[in-house]
Amino acid sequence: MAAEGKYETHEYDVIVIGAGGAGLRAAIEASAQGVKTALVCKSLLGKAHTVMAEGGIAAALGNVYPEDNWKVHFRDTMRGGKMLNNWRMAQIHAQEAPERVLELEEWGALFDRTKDGLILQRDFGGHRYARLAHVGDRTGLEMIRTLQQHAVHKGIDVYMECNVQRLLKDGERISGAFGYWRESGKFVLFKCKAVVLATGGGGKAWKITSNSWEYTGDGIAMALDAGADLIDIEMIQFHPTGMVWPPSVRGILVTEGVRGDGGTLTNSLGKRFMFDYIPDFFKAETAESEKEADGWYEDKKNNRRTPDLLPRDEVARAINAEVKAGRGTSHGGVFLDIASRRPAEYIKRRLPSMYHQFKELADVDITKEPMEVGPTCHYFMGGVRVDADTTAATVPGLFAAGEVAAGLHGANRLGGNSLSDLVVFGRRAGLYAAEHAKALKGPLAVDAGQIEAIAQELLAPFNGKGGENPYTIHADLQDCMQNLVGIIRTETELKEALDKLAAFKQRLTKVNIEGNRQYNPGWHLALDLRSMLEVSEAATLAAIERKESRGGHTRDDYPKTDAKFAKVNVVVKKRKDDLHISQEPLPEMPEELKKIVEEQK
Amino acid sequence: MATQEVTMRVWRGDASGGAFKEYRLPIGEGMVVLDVIHAIQATQANDLAVRWNCKAGKCGSCSAEINGKPRLMCMTRMNTFKPGETITVAPIKSFPLIRDLVTDVSFNFEKAKTIPPLRLKPKEADGTRRMFQEDIDRAQEFHKCIECFLCQNVCHVIRDHEDNKKHFAGPRFFVRLAALEMHPLDTNDRKQFIKEKAGLGFCNITKCCTEVCPENIHITDNSIIPLKERLVDEFYDPLAWLFRKIGGK
Ligand SMILES: Cc1cc2nc3c(=O)[nH]c(=O)nc-3n(C[C@H](O)[C@H](O)[C@H](O)COP(=O)(O)OP(=O)(O)OC[C@H]3O[C@@H](n4cnc5c(N)ncnc54)[C@H](O)[C@@H]3O)c2cc1C
Ligand code: SF4
Ligand code: SF4
Ligand code: FES
Repeated sequence: MAAEGKYETHEYDVIVIGAGGAGLRAAIEASAQGVKTALVCKSLLGKAHTVMAEGGIAAALGNVYPEDNWKVHFRDTMRGGKMLNNWRMAQIHAQEAPERVLELEEWGALFDRTKDGLILQRDFGGHRYARLAHVGDRTGLEMIRTLQQHAVHKGIDVYMECNVQRLLKDGERISGAFGYWRESGKFVLFKCKAVVLATGGGGKAWKITSNSWEYTGDGIAMALDAGADLIDIEMIQFHPTGMVWPPSVRGILVTEGVRGDGGTLTNSLGKRFMFDYIPDFFKAETAESEKEADGWYEDKKNNRRTPDLLPRDEVARAINAEVKAGRGTSHGGVFLDIASRRPAEYIKRRLPSMYHQFKELADVDITKEPMEVGPTCHYFMGGVRVDADTTAATVPGLFAAGEVAAGLHGANRLGGNSLSDLVVFGRRAGLYAAEHAKALKGPLAVDAGQIEAIAQELLAPFNGKGGENPYTIHADLQDCMQNLVGIIRTETELKEALDKLAAFKQRLTKVNIEGNRQYNPGWHLALDLRSMLEVSEAATLAAIERKESRGGHTRDDYPKTDAKFAKVNVVVKKRKDDLHISQEPLPEMPEELKKIVEEQK
Repeated sequence: MATQEVTMRVWRGDASGGAFKEYRLPIGEGMVVLDVIHAIQATQANDLAVRWNCKAGKCGSCSAEINGKPRLMCMTRMNTFKPGETITVAPIKSFPLIRDLVTDVSFNFEKAKTIPPLRLKPKEADGTRRMFQEDIDRAQEFHKCIECFLCQNVCHVIRDHEDNKKHFAGPRFFVRLAALEMHPLDTNDRKQFIKEKAGLGFCNITKCCTEVCPENIHITDNSIIPLKERLVDEFYDPLAWLFRKIGGK
């Protein structure tokens, strides 16, 4: 029987997979271009990661510092990314972010205001000027709700709690996607001319993480399976400040906004240790004394930025080193103190959800005592390789935007640059996917045999023998990635991780699921594990390949940056069943942009 | 810290029926109800259905009735219960059950489609949108809503009378309507909608919704009552509505 007859089937021009900021913005754009568009997501609408974003969205609006402009934002982004960024993406991002933020305002977002009634901006790590538009510390909620409501009013079809598992191809090009409804467990087939991946990252493969159950790297794995290239997948951001105590909340994010608003990091001796960790690369723009650092919040002309707000990779490594040297807290973190530095009222107004989170979950009143924090796996800089202007992946008909895509952030992402990434490149993905769909004529073909094989594979966990429990495999995977592919890496440990990953793959074939197909999280996890394992393997292989330390990738056995590796992306492809690693040169930056990056002032 | 054993009674079943099932398990320091549900899932019932995302009270996915009280599982600490107390976790009641702790909340997504959207007045001459913090404070309170639908769940208008669902949007959407109405630059006219489609009149201000809101939004005092007052004013005096819109208040 034809697959269309056997499974619930829908036909669209463009399918957007993922309904966070990137997916919503892409769907809004595609639909505005007049093509038939659907939005598919595996949670309910409005629950994607984007809802959790706290600190803000970076855009050189110049409302607080008129000196700010796209060039400074571009420079900060490139330097923060240790120059591994795709220069063209960084340029487009810096140029278009202000327009996209104003568009959110047009659609109903209410950002906090300056005295003149404009959008207020706050300081964040690695940004020279106060640049993050925000709503207290719940900016992501404002953003996702605004986009969600806009999409709903535009009448875009939304498939919620619908989990896409594989992309389908007609010859070389994309022709559809196949997945299941979580509620019923029944399969669903989408036929389409273009797919936009907006599925986010894969941090749930690590034990200490700020990421939710959704972050299993599905989009990255689907892209690999479909023949698309990945780049920079070894670049994983450990956010310096996750909660560390009690154990049940370990990893939950503490926004960088705490430091942006005046909080400082101290060790168990009460020392502001970040002054000891200023790398040469940032010396010229970083304060050397506490006095200068404190002065910087109010007066940026005569003072340089506090080292507490160095880019995240630097701060995470510093915390790691302090704890290792025995200067950590009793729970293995360091202190983050805003209580002694800002009035209680200010803290509650600027950081209401942090106040609430610590009070409810840790019995800590952040207006009275310091928080305990430590690094947590947070963000994938790497992912699907895309064309800078169009977001097209290396497979015709496939586009990617948001955290699932790579290039903009290079080796390390600056805080606030993700939310802006989502709307800038989400819009472009929708636009170019729609153009691609419009240019294609003729019927869409999907391969019934291929679909049948996928369906059988997806049901395999019900027939497994061997009594493996998917939750146990997941916990073991998280331990493995945490311990062997963490902040500080070595070749021996990375290779050990590869062996373990191979063993987990074997164990996954022995999983045996209890219950039926209806809303069955055990089954869902077994399927998610497939993508988590694939992405973990890709990240580990790429980490072995990059024999240097840069940004989110630190090698104990190669502790320095290496000029050779400064000029290449590590590329991962899947051919037949195996992952292949190679190095390819970065696109060359034009001279006038090089000048902007090198300017020190 | 010594681990402690707890007994959980968790609803297991689907639309065709079900029952509470008891689980005993050790818990660790700082755990919330959602952690315990996850521990049951990992060790005793792999197929136990539950929704969650953020585990920090930010996404509104994990609503349930814990010992009969509508709450977020991720923000309910285990140390708030008496030692030895059996803790009952049931799905929220006002929406059809899908399975275990997961319910069909599509009612809310359908209602969301009907809300008359924002319509902003023209930009300032310099191309900006000027709004002052004090003018948006009220609407920002409503924007804190995480769509946990706990207020929808406790509202007796929805909970007790299936028929009302057609004509009643519920407190979550009164909050949304108030946010739109109090956006300082909005010009849309929603009074007919609020009265006839959203059924504001059904609400008799019991304040149950306000009591359960995890975001502490003053649903009744700050959104429902002002909306009711506007309706009364403006059905008698349509010019007042117009005046308020154009005056931008
Ligand atoms: C706690 C926290 C705080 C943060 N704070 C900030 C901040 O202040 N500023 C900032 O710039 N960034 C911040 N970030 C990062 C930023 O929020 C994320 O990188 C960003 O929201 C990702 O958006 P996205 O649209 O790419 O994906 P997401 O918002 O994660 O959405 C992914 C979507 O894909 C769907 N999906 C995934 N797999 C499948 C599948 N197989 N089938 C169907 N659907 C699927 C999901 O259901 C979801 O809808 C923060 C992140 C966290 C976790
Ligand atoms: S105050 Fe009104 S909306 Fe709220 S629970 Fe009571 S009747 Fe329902
Ligand atoms: S108003 Fe409060 S209770 Fe109601 S859905 Fe929003 S956050 Fe939940
Ligand atoms: S899991 Fe997000 S509110 Fe509980």
